[in-house]
Amino acid sequence: MERFSTLVFVAGIGCFAIAFLLSMIFPWMSLYGYHGMDYQTLEQLAEKPSREFVELSQKFPESFREHYGEVSQASYAEALQRGRDVYVGQACWHCHSQYVRVVSNEHVRWGAPSSAQEYQNALNQPHLWGTRRVGPDLARTGGKKSNDWHIAHFINPKSVVPHSVMPPYPFYFDEKGVPGKDGIALITYLQWLGTVQAGIPVADRITP
Amino acid sequence: MSATAAIAGVHGESLVNYKLIKSHLFAGALFLTVSMVAGYLYSLQFLGFYPLQDSWTHSPGHFRLLHTNMVAYGWLVNGFTAMLYYVVPRLTGKKVLSDKLGVLIFWAWQLIMVLAIGGYMTDKAQAIEWGETPTGFRPGTFELNYVPVDALVVVGAVLVILQFMTPLFQAREQRFYVTLWYITAGLVWLALTYLMGNIMPEWMLPGAAGAAVTGLFIHDLVGLYVTPMGWGMMYFFVPLILRKPIWSHSLSVIGFWALAFFYPLGGVHHFLISPIPDYVEFGAITTTIAIEVVVTTVVVNFFMTLRGKWSALRSSMAIRWFYVGAVFYFITCFQCAFQVTWMFQKVIHFTDWVVGHAHLIMFGVFTFWLFGVIEWLWPRVCRRNWYSQSLRGWHFWLWSVGVLIMFFDLMIAGLVHGFMQRDLNDWSDILRTAEPFWWVRTFSGAMILAGLFCVIYNMYMTAKAGEAYEEEKHLIPLNAD
Repeated sequence: MERFSTLVFVAGIGCFAIAFLLSMIFPWMSLYGYHGMDYQTLEQLAEKPSREFVELSQKFPESFREHYGEVSQASYAEALQRGRDVYVGQACWHCHSQYVRVVSNEHVRWGAPSSAQEYQNALNQPHLWGTRRVGPDLARTGGKKSNDWHIAHFINPKSVVPHSVMPPYPFYFDEKGVPGKDGIALITYLQWLGTVQAGIPVADRITP
Repeated sequence: MSATAAIAGVHGESLVNYKLIKSHLFAGALFLTVSMVAGYLYSLQFLGFYPLQDSWTHSPGHFRLLHTNMVAYGWLVNGFTAMLYYVVPRLTGKKVLSDKLGVLIFWAWQLIMVLAIGGYMTDKAQAIEWGETPTGFRPGTFELNYVPVDALVVVGAVLVILQFMTPLFQAREQRFYVTLWYITAGLVWLALTYLMGNIMPEWMLPGAAGAAVTGLFIHDLVGLYVTPMGWGMMYFFVPLILRKPIWSHSLSVIGFWALAFFYPLGGVHHFLISPIPDYVEFGAITTTIAIEVVVTTVVVNFFMTLRGKWSALRSSMAIRWFYVGAVFYFITCFQCAFQVTWMFQKVIHFTDWVVGHAHLIMFGVFTFWLFGVIEWLWPRVCRRNWYSQSLRGWHFWLWSVGVLIMFFDLMIAGLVHGFMQRDLNDWSDILRTAEPFWWVRTFSGAMILAGLFCVIYNMYMTAKAGEAYEEEKHLIPLNAD
């Protein structure tokens, strides 16, 4: 029991493997083996550019054309991915969670509880669930606020939410409030959140 | 030769490379400073006094990444590596693989840390909590956009494992003392954990299954690297400094195997009441509660060892750090057993409660224990007595009181936030209510920073200008109490 090989193979590799089986293989099997959930690639997600994305292209035609060209599946996909990258890079997800639980009245506040299916796509690899809510949950934020609200909020959060502690992000916009490449991307990404909600497997819903 | 005799044996002295220990401890303390200053800056954002506004590189979010990652990879890894350089050769009777490799590992690791900091500041962080070290690839592709820090960390970890596994392997015919069990298994776990956490969710597992793995990663980094190294360290240094054997060898066997078995099973408890299947969550909850039993055996073992030597709490700063840390350890793990249940999770998940919990365990326990070791080791490494006695006291009291204030403050803030959230209060009202708690948090952070400056200055001056070292001054009497 107190020998090198026991420690390496039984404790080191063996115990790790058991935990790996239980916390990775089993959930993976029951989520994707049993429900047969489909993985959506970025192109599939971007098939139909959102209303908000189109609106950004009409409202800020010069900036939009310079950075993304025309509204298309490709440009929408590019904006979504870039928005996600900025969201990750600026550590937004450390103050905003992205999953709605069935407890603490969260379905009343944010919307439908999260299901496994809606995270089965390229923009959730890795997932951005987060572990802290300094600001509100964003899993259902898409379409709730206008593009203009987001622009005002990013430039100075306190201008629309007086007690906000969110840092301002004016560097994604020019002095007139026209979003640059990252500004358009961030807003496009936020307006996308929560719009994938097809085929929720009932078995994964938890009762409170 | 009994284990304690092996520990106390002075003939181990020639096997130890003190220069490497000194370098790692100093670099660790430096990165701890970086981390704490970053954390302090981040806390100022909550009060509206963030000084570096309007820059995409110096935004508060980046400092949060710096804060958590530098504690793990900059401070704890450096600190534990220094500890390994002292402990492994003494317990195995063999030298580490190579001193030159040691110098390479030292500089490589510090370079990796600097590259990681550069990555966090330029939006290159990976979306894995506590493993944000940049992959170096544009997400979802194999195009390089930065130095692949993740891969470098793996190379660094492999070198560390080679360095210390060699003496362990050479000593494989011996019966290992409990410290070496933890170190041997911990080194294997470190490699497996890092590979799993940084590869699987990023490249293979999207969504909920990936979340189960990132939960396991956060948990394993604490449970299968930091905890085994910390406990192993305590099992070595507590008997050594108290000059008496550990109370129960059998209890340490139970503690080790129960940790190895139960600890990694609890990983999913970081994402409870989530789209991860319920039976996985229940498994994680049950084993997390089981860990509480394991922790109790270890804590009991340490306190029974102290029995009859209570005066050491007064005479030895190291013992004082160790045992205050052990009390905090029991508090945190006791809290764990409750907060992991759905009943608590409903309220406290997503709130400052968790932040307080994390500070007590990473700072109040493992950082305290490492500073206990520094208290004891630094004079021996520098061959000088501590420069200032009063700074040692200030350091201890500022940190102990500071972390307690922070812990209770954030715990209460978490409850208030959790219940207000449940009762559908307006989000602005939740923020307004949290503000006084955040002021107290920043205040306790200032205490901790002040304590840190005391000890850094004291370490520096000891190395520069301390009096010549006298062993007698650093030993507690054999027949105390």
